[in-house]
Amino acid sequence: MTQAQLAQGNAPLLAVRDVSVVFGGIIALNGVSFDMHKGNILGLIGPNGAGKTTLFNCLSRLYQPSSGDILMEGVSILTRPPHRIAEIGIGRTFQNVALFPNLSVLDNVRVGTHSRSNSDIISDSLRLGWVRRGEAELNKHVHEIVTYLGLDDVAHTIVSGLPFGTQKRVELARALAADPKILLLDEPAGGLNHEEVHVLGDLIKRIRDERHMTILLVEHHMGLVMSIADHVVALNFGRKLAEGTPAQVQADPDVIKAYLGSKDQ
Amino acid sequence: MSAVEEVVTEAPAVEAVPKRAMTLGLGTSLVVLGALVLAPLFVKNFIIFQMTMLLIYGLAVLALNILTGGSGQFSLGQSAFYAVGAYTSAILMEHAGMNYALTLPIAGLICFAFGFAFGQPALRLSGIYLALATFALAVAMPQLLKLHFVEHWTGGVQGLVVTKPDAPFGLPMGQDMWLYYFTLVITIGIYIASVNLLRSRSGRAFMAIRDNEIAASAMGVDVALYKTLAFGVSAGITGVAGGLGAIAVQFVAPDSYTITLAISLFLGMVVGGVGWLPGSIVGAAFIIFVPNIAESISKGLSGAVFGVLLFIVIFLVPHGARQIAIVAQQVLSKFKK
Repeated sequence: MTQAQLAQGNAPLLAVRDVSVVFGGIIALNGVSFDMHKGNILGLIGPNGAGKTTLFNCLSRLYQPSSGDILMEGVSILTRPPHRIAEIGIGRTFQNVALFPNLSVLDNVRVGTHSRSNSDIISDSLRLGWVRRGEAELNKHVHEIVTYLGLDDVAHTIVSGLPFGTQKRVELARALAADPKILLLDEPAGGLNHEEVHVLGDLIKRIRDERHMTILLVEHHMGLVMSIADHVVALNFGRKLAEGTPAQVQADPDVIKAYLGSKDQ
Repeated sequence: MSAVEEVVTEAPAVEAVPKRAMTLGLGTSLVVLGALVLAPLFVKNFIIFQMTMLLIYGLAVLALNILTGGSGQFSLGQSAFYAVGAYTSAILMEHAGMNYALTLPIAGLICFAFGFAFGQPALRLSGIYLALATFALAVAMPQLLKLHFVEHWTGGVQGLVVTKPDAPFGLPMGQDMWLYYFTLVITIGIYIASVNLLRSRSGRAFMAIRDNEIAASAMGVDVALYKTLAFGVSAGITGVAGGLGAIAVQFVAPDSYTITLAISLFLGMVVGGVGWLPGSIVGAAFIIFVPNIAESISKGLSGAVFGVLLFIVIFLVPHGARQIAIVAQQVLSKFKK
């Protein structure tokens, strides 16, 4: 309880503490720390190979940090197996879209609710009363999200046949279905055109405001990050290079050097 | 119609099925049910026996369909689960004097446990490697049943003779017909439960794992649990089918449950349409009747004829009976317009 109480007020929702990841002899992340505060959009930027995705995968427990800790509302997540991350309120999307290609849009979103529902194979096979009621409730919730993201027209379509941009929205819908506290977005603008990126930026802000989520945005697209993030963390070669408001980070000489190279070169 | 194009144009290793397309419509289901209920009234006992076997193999193919079509795991070891179910029923009936109907849930439970346990090491394997591991299970099973220290129970190489049950409550029907209707009720029950399962949260978890394990895990699906559960459910249903098979054939022997049976069931699944549950019965019909047809065409070359027939089927309808059903549906909907 005390930890949960601590987490309220000014304490960060998610705290990354001195996290290092070593693969063989390669240091992918070197003592990275930052905080995520409730209701913020945090942009994580950096050139290719900076360690963005490595950090992201630590948060979703695909990688185990060699040292350091990651705290969700004051409690370490590092003892949890990957499939028990969703239930504490961390949802994610994937860089290159990892949907269930042979399921319909609705079913993809339904799987997104897995962590917030319960069932067992016996009750499911017999379709007991409480299973039926649960499914009815779930369907209402799923339809609400599908409508929210404007996917009604394709709700019953198998996702593998949908355009890439739509698939990305389905993935977002699937992540939203669990009502996460923190939404991790791995390069949501990747593969989208200029127009679509603009729409996406508005959508992310809307999700933050209307669905009360805290968002971690890992992104290459500088324009998007700088226009919607409240706070930006820049990584390079596994180290934190700079941290602050978008304007501060953009003006940081180290960041400019990392992206554009120094004048001497 | 995009779902149809999907089916015809793409051929992934495990052909996947949207949930809605996994079952038949209400009308079609009633027609099939009516045919299954009425048919035995007009045919001879041997045909009734064959129809019983059709249902039993249908169940076994359905079980494999849940595993492969549902959760995306391959198995060439279904004959082992079938054998365990058959022997469980036979031993309980002949050694413990138990009622045949009561042996079936026990056979199902034992096979569920066996499948669930086998699923644990199988977690480390996938695709063709899993197929090989299950293949090993199928190869080992007949010899395990012949082992000296279980011979007292299993009857060793000789096997066990099982008594065929009479119709209860003085019902005016022969043994074969009673057993057919008994099997039919169980088959329908299991079919409905399977459809429910695949349409539920658990079924969605199976299919999510089949399509993308990492994403499934990120959504909170315990991949290891659901993979082993799928093995357990599949083995359990196969066990019930095995028990029914033992009662229908009135005999169990190790060499009835070789790898050939496992491959036949696999064949039945492919011919019926992977992941399409109603196709299971079509697949079962194929593995029961087509060898007979082949034999009637040429006694000496029945195997070769069977091979040619199989080749023709795979070539013409690679997605099995399901493909035919979809085409039929298209034609019907055109007529309606």
